[in-house]
Amino acid sequence: MRLCVDPDKCEGHNRCYSIAPELFEVDEFGLATTKNDGLVPEGMEDKADLAIANCPEFAISILED
Amino acid sequence: MSNNNPIDSSPREGCPVHDWATDFDVMDPGYNRDPGPIWKDLRERCPIAHSTRWGGSWMPTRYDDVRDMARAVPTLSSRAPGVIPPSPEMREILIQEVKEFGAELPPISADPPLHKPFKQLILPLFSPKAVETYRPFTEKLANNLIDKIINRGKVADGAVDYAQQLPPRVIAYIIGIDETRADEFTEWVRGILEQGQANPEIRLKYRRIIRDYFQEMIAERRRNPRDDAISKLMEAKIEGENLSDYTIIGVCFLLLVAGIDTTWSSIGSALFHFGTKTDHRNRMYAEPELFPTAIEELLRFYSPVKMARRVLEPVAFGGVEMQPGDKVIMNFPAANRDPEVFENPDEVMLDREQNRHMAFGVGIHRCAGSNLARMEMDVALRTWFNRIKDFEVIQPEKVIWSGGQVRGPRVMPMRIAGA
Repeated sequence: MRLCVDPDKCEGHNRCYSIAPELFEVDEFGLATTKNDGLVPEGMEDKADLAIANCPEFAISILED
Repeated sequence: MSNNNPIDSSPREGCPVHDWATDFDVMDPGYNRDPGPIWKDLRERCPIAHSTRWGGSWMPTRYDDVRDMARAVPTLSSRAPGVIPPSPEMREILIQEVKEFGAELPPISADPPLHKPFKQLILPLFSPKAVETYRPFTEKLANNLIDKIINRGKVADGAVDYAQQLPPRVIAYIIGIDETRADEFTEWVRGILEQGQANPEIRLKYRRIIRDYFQEMIAERRRNPRDDAISKLMEAKIEGENLSDYTIIGVCFLLLVAGIDTTWSSIGSALFHFGTKTDHRNRMYAEPELFPTAIEELLRFYSPVKMARRVLEPVAFGGVEMQPGDKVIMNFPAANRDPEVFENPDEVMLDREQNRHMAFGVGIHRCAGSNLARMEMDVALRTWFNRIKDFEVIQPEKVIWSGGQVRGPRVMPMRIAGA
């Protein structure tokens, strides 16, 4: 599973970062990026799904390989 | 849609509402006590309601409509974000100030391209990392307030004695106000945000006091810069230019008006909830690990803030045509009860995990202080539950709720069982 954050949609709510700090980082403006190229470690899939489902900007998606 | 009346600003405030679809009143006490049933009714039969009260406005109640509107920038302009129009005296003063100095409270009242540089100026003050540095101070503050409440006895006002005391002092700390003046400052801020709501003279009086105080702080920092927000704003540049004193003071005012009664409303609403729902209260005592989802859920259910937008060009939402000059209320609180998006929306579920609420807005005007508000709620509630053995709201139906722009309990006597 690989995630990406659309930088044009992200407004810095930090919901993803508070749910899954293992998967996301945020900068000083709150804008999120994925860690580890978006690769979700095994066992973290549920947290990844929650981050997607809680983003108020619909900015996080799963990259199809 | 049932209403296409031209905006008419004739005041009819105070008359009972016959039909919420064509005559809603955001200051109606019954509505502000429990708006859920009214939103549910509107969502089903007239999802974008209209009213000529309070200067006239449209009010959406569906999640998708509110979201589309919030993102329609700058067709829906933020230049006048007030839900309730200012009094004539206040209006005169505001117009004069804007003429002289430009936008009053950027970025909240700014559209692109002015919006972004101002927002980027304040965001670093409220990044998750920055906010964590304010946590120890906030914890100390919350504990001191609880000490006072416990010492005083068995009854306390959860709104006045606790919720309203925290956010002004946290903002004062961030801006750089001397701790010895924090009590005084809190009274000034409450003068603007509480007594000043009904009395423009009081509002103006405290506005002037705070403005002069900020001006003194700037003069003092010019001699001795510090590590506080006001010093950072003095060093900041937008397009290579330092900010004028007026702009710095405007940004500090924004931190006050945007970050204080909003947050105290959220804290107060959370205490109202737990002080009236025994099963939820007991569950939080037993399962404090629920705080993160519970806080998001309370933010959803009791979303305090509505903002207004002005239509700049003809536009349609959900089949309703809007004309330039129309006011639109960003009804984030109602959007957060939309059954299309939230399962059992009118029920508080402390462990709700999927919660894409818009309590802090969406789009470019997303609340800059959302991380701070969450931290303050977290500290306020955890400290309260840690220190107070049990509590309840004495007469829930007598709690007084504010309305209009910001909804939350303002008078809320509670029975307290101390530590």
